[in-house]
Amino acid sequence: MIQLAWLIPILPLIGFLVIGLGGKKLSKKLVSFIGCGSVLAAFILSATIFFQLNGSSTVVKLADWINVGKLNVDFSFLIDPLAVVFMLIITGVGFLIHVYSIGYMKDDEKYDRFFAYLNLFIFFMLFLVMGDNYIVMFVGWEGVGLCSYLLIGFWFKNTEYNNAAKKAFIVNRIGDLGFLLGIILIYVTSNSLNFDAVFLHVHNNASNKEIYNLIGILLFIGACGKSAQIPLYTWLPDAMAGPTPVSALIHAATMVTAGVYMIARSAVIFVNAPIASEVIAIVGVSTALLAATIGLFQNDIKKVLAYSTVSQLGYMFLGLGVGAFTGGVFHVMTHAFFKALLFLGAGSVIHAMSGEQDIRKMGGLKKALPITHITFLIATIAISGIPPFSGFFSKDEILAHAYNHNKIYWMLGIIGSMLTAFYMFRLYFLTFHGGFRGTGEQKHHLHESPKSMTIPLVVLAVLAAGAGLLGIPNAHQHLFHEFLHPAFKSASVWIDDAPKHFSMDEGRLMFLAVLAASAAIYTAWLLYKKNNLVPIQNEIAISKFQKIIARKYYVDEFYDAAIRKPIDWVSEKSYKFIELRIIDALVNAIGNVVKWAASVFRLAQSGSVGFYMFAMTIAVLAMLFVKLF
Amino acid sequence: MSAIQIIPLNWYVTLSAILFALGVLGVLYRRNAIIILMCIELMLNAVTLLLVAFSAHHSDPTAQVFVFFIMAVAAAEVAVGLAILMMIYRNTKSIDIDILNKLKG
Repeated sequence: MIQLAWLIPILPLIGFLVIGLGGKKLSKKLVSFIGCGSVLAAFILSATIFFQLNGSSTVVKLADWINVGKLNVDFSFLIDPLAVVFMLIITGVGFLIHVYSIGYMKDDEKYDRFFAYLNLFIFFMLFLVMGDNYIVMFVGWEGVGLCSYLLIGFWFKNTEYNNAAKKAFIVNRIGDLGFLLGIILIYVTSNSLNFDAVFLHVHNNASNKEIYNLIGILLFIGACGKSAQIPLYTWLPDAMAGPTPVSALIHAATMVTAGVYMIARSAVIFVNAPIASEVIAIVGVSTALLAATIGLFQNDIKKVLAYSTVSQLGYMFLGLGVGAFTGGVFHVMTHAFFKALLFLGAGSVIHAMSGEQDIRKMGGLKKALPITHITFLIATIAISGIPPFSGFFSKDEILAHAYNHNKIYWMLGIIGSMLTAFYMFRLYFLTFHGGFRGTGEQKHHLHESPKSMTIPLVVLAVLAAGAGLLGIPNAHQHLFHEFLHPAFKSASVWIDDAPKHFSMDEGRLMFLAVLAASAAIYTAWLLYKKNNLVPIQNEIAISKFQKIIARKYYVDEFYDAAIRKPIDWVSEKSYKFIELRIIDALVNAIGNVVKWAASVFRLAQSGSVGFYMFAMTIAVLAMLFVKLF
Repeated sequence: MSAIQIIPLNWYVTLSAILFALGVLGVLYRRNAIIILMCIELMLNAVTLLLVAFSAHHSDPTAQVFVFFIMAVAAAEVAVGLAILMMIYRNTKSIDIDILNKLKG
């Protein structure tokens, strides 16, 4: 059965080809059926493999691919617990979002293209997590970047959306370059790109820390791009230009966690790269805090969620940095559930509000959208870290490891999770409670979304509420940890200093975390429910400090001034001086010399046949003369 | 001893040189294209004569192969040359080469 794993990515690819080539000739029903069906089939296959896996890891080789000199790259998949967890998330959440899209996109004229792109994305994402070497992973990595570009700019008639798509693509390219350099360095160091061979090499040559630190940092640059970490996070909030299911699938649940997967997969390298790990932890916790503070003052429902995604990704990287690989992956899973749910809920709200995304114009949607309201609330509680909802367990595991590693990380993490709880409940209260603040027409139009949209919401709500139970710390290790353990076996030699069992210490930490989150929620309730506070429309009235945060710390402006403008300046100057004064001048000079020479030699072409013959005779005589004397 | 060998070789050389010089002068001084062609013919024949004389005096037939080549080339040249002259005459009603200066640079 595991040998059939290659079918899993192929199915969405077939879906993409059929829908993409069939295009408008297929009816919407058929498109939905193929689009969702191929992903569902992939999910069923993944689930079957999940039950047969038993902690084993199998390489499924399809073909030789690159075979040059010492470089041997196979076209093969690695099926191990880590890959299977991601395969289940991708196909499972992916399927639910496909179903949701049937309702959300039903009036869109490019319905077929949307499903084709989604299927292509699922294909590349599976390719990324299933590859058994860095090259296959890189192909998937680039492929999801392409799909992300296509889907952010899905409504490409809007210039702003197009710009957002371009921004996402270009920022990702910066990261990809780091990843590629990392891969090359791995090959130079260990003469192989296969995960097993590379990790064995690293394991046997563990003393070579400098090179692993460098590799680790290069790989992390790649992860920064894809997973929206400082300093490359700016593309993700803009990526909300895409349709909401895309935001849920690509920019919350799956693609942005590719960086986490890549680092978790390379765990053996990172446990041997202490400096790189420290960098990851610092960047992770800073991103978590920075994005959370920006989230406090955003008024676009999707922007709040986007910054919260950046912030949660920061937590995952904090986990990876302090050696909590299981915790990081666990948070990927719970985050996939509750963040996809939040985005789909937001989509449902936007759908009901006829496209309105500003939470200042919403309010009191509790009655009109009961299912959306309940599921959104569950997800909000889950992300805020209130037990027994899923977010609590995964975040707690990361924070516990962070506490063991360095107490400052833990403190910053707790502050971040307080901010998270605050802005998420601010969003929740502003959207679903209080009086309606939109236009009368919108109010008249309010309606619960169709079944195809609410059923995925309910399923995800169950998962978001319950998935944490996999991670309840018991006497030894929790279930999820046990399942993933084989994947991190070789890395765990170094990371087993983590708390092995549920200690009083961890209990106290949990209590503090819950207390902090509850305090934040209470504050949000006080401000936005009890006092019915609504963020002011007018920006001048807010304080300077708030304004700086509301403008996202002017990071975009800073990048514009620090990177784009100098490049523009250099380009313009090189155009004016190098291009015009040097290159153009050189080309013109060559042309002028030829022109001048022609004007001289042209005189020889007198047109008089007699002269030609005379010249010929003289020339022959001259040749004879030279030859003879 | 054949008749050709009776006459000393110098004479042939002198005659050929005179004929060739006449040909060159004709090409350079005359303006009539037909005469120029004939002068070219004269130069070719001067060479031919020289080759035949040497061949006979050295009893080496190789040179005569060249003579045949020259005759063939001369025939072809005349054919093409006269055809060109025909066209020139049809277009300009003249075969004076001084008129043909349209390609002045």
